[in-house]
Amino acid sequence: MTQTVSQELDLLALKEKARQIRLDILEMTTLAGSGHPSSSFSTVEILTALFFGGILRYEPGDPWWVDRDRFIMSKGHAAPALYAVLAHAGYFDRQELWRLRQIDSPVQGHPIQGMMPGVEATTGSLGQGLSVGLGHILGGRLNRLDYRVYVLLGDGECEAGQIWEAAMAAAHFKAGRLTAILDYNKFQETGPISREMALEPLAEKWRSFGWYVSEVDGHDLGALIESLQELKSIQDRPAILIAHTVKGKGVSFVEADFTFHGRALNPEQAAKAREEILCA
Amino acid sequence: MRLGEKAGLKPSKPMRDVFGDALLEVATNNPRVVVLDGDLGNSTKAEYVRQAFPERFFNLGIAESNLVGVGAGLAGCGFIPWITSFSSFLLCNAYDQIRLAIAMSNLNAKILGSHGGITLGKDGPTQMGIEDLALMGGLPTMVILVPSDPASMHAAVQAATDHVGPVFLRSSRVAMPHIYPEGDCPFEIGKANVVRQGEDLAIVACGLMVAAALDAAAQLAEEGIQARVLDLHTLRPLDRAALEAAARETGAIVTAEEHLLQGGLGSNVARVVAGSYPVPMRFVGLQDVYVESADPDDLLVKYHLTAADIAAAAREAFAAKQR
Repeated sequence: MTQTVSQELDLLALKEKARQIRLDILEMTTLAGSGHPSSSFSTVEILTALFFGGILRYEPGDPWWVDRDRFIMSKGHAAPALYAVLAHAGYFDRQELWRLRQIDSPVQGHPIQGMMPGVEATTGSLGQGLSVGLGHILGGRLNRLDYRVYVLLGDGECEAGQIWEAAMAAAHFKAGRLTAILDYNKFQETGPISREMALEPLAEKWRSFGWYVSEVDGHDLGALIESLQELKSIQDRPAILIAHTVKGKGVSFVEADFTFHGRALNPEQAAKAREEILCA
Repeated sequence: MRLGEKAGLKPSKPMRDVFGDALLEVATNNPRVVVLDGDLGNSTKAEYVRQAFPERFFNLGIAESNLVGVGAGLAGCGFIPWITSFSSFLLCNAYDQIRLAIAMSNLNAKILGSHGGITLGKDGPTQMGIEDLALMGGLPTMVILVPSDPASMHAAVQAATDHVGPVFLRSSRVAMPHIYPEGDCPFEIGKANVVRQGEDLAIVACGLMVAAALDAAAQLAEEGIQARVLDLHTLRPLDRAALEAAARETGAIVTAEEHLLQGGLGSNVARVVAGSYPVPMRFVGLQDVYVESADPDDLLVKYHLTAADIAAAAREAFAAKQR
């Protein structure tokens, strides 16, 4: 009984954390006057579950601790979400966020490895993160470490051949500690994915490549944490969690307009968005 | 006449075999070295490591993009990955991955592009790496090494492994004669080796063309022209001091490379010479052309990559400086 209550309280705290991260993404991109707010918004609950839901093992004071779990943001245009969650996790001062895309700042428009603590890979040309994640799995084996590797993929990104090269290789190497999470928000830059490129049947594709596939509501924090915990028990093959999300999640007029993909909100829009996020 | 014969150089075994030996050597001495293969280990000779240290050898199959990404991940774990395949397939398929995951990330990873140039011969232009140096030149953090003989291959593989940062190293299918005593090549990244002294002009070459340049210099000496020969084994960082000294002290420069003239050794040397001490220059290399399937020696003659071509260019440059 007590446990249920505390879990509910935790979930409330997590929801509040997600709200703060979403607000920070909004502020960062509006201040920068550019960026990908809608692609970042759809990842917020996934990142919150990973970093604050007891899934990832990490040590912000020792960001390159050899036995840390790896988190790789393969959809590099969601960099604002990555930076926001890393700041909230304590990797660096939250004030750094307001330097996104400014001159002489390490907070690059897309993540560059080595420039910010916690950024495990340079991404922004889509399709690359899963391969890097597999490299960390193979390295972990050689080093006899038991960390896990999480890679956040975009859905449009799954049109890239390299994703399927990596998918084939990860199954070949029985990369049981590798978990991909797909931010399946159903839109790519130029429009609905179903209109631009036939990606379905997606779960079947991954299954046929030898992966364990699970699906979840990508904005339900409790369900996300439960699914990610469950996937830790899959040891003999890599796993993918297909997280069904909403592009622009949390701001109604961004959800309704996919052209916000590579566009920041202007200050007036941001004020309205802030209100919506605060009231949610 | 055999390559290197005129200059009195002894023949050796194919450079890819030398690379395999050298790679095995660094893998033996350094447990952090891991080797990644794009299913060509029997051609690149990276397979020597597979036989000796199977746990540190990964064949990622015919999927170069993933090959490079996995190498980047291993580098992120503190290993020193040697990512190996043919120059043509590896660099052209995975340029984006080498650019982001290795070069932009400034990772401690090594790229081995074998079968560089045209001397793989009969397999034809689809397999040849005639643009590898230009492609790697497009990556600002990438050290670019082109060994010219067995001793320099051993030294280059060691230097690349010891260097902290991204390195591209070119290997070849062809045999290159001994220029340096075995096991005794002075090799400092970014420092050209003067392999022949001379004051009348300088020939700056890399790879196979160093032996050809020494043959050409032997011929020119008989004509009373003393050519200095530089083995420019590092294209990045360039040895600006050695190039400027060559220009200042000899007054004429010929470059020679088994690569497109566009974006290779010659254009890099020209940039330094033009910006420091302009002198007459001539360039031996591939014009804008894809070559064909044929015996390597026939290709070198047809596409003007022989000692005779270097000597002809040298006479022109030498004459131009007299005017």
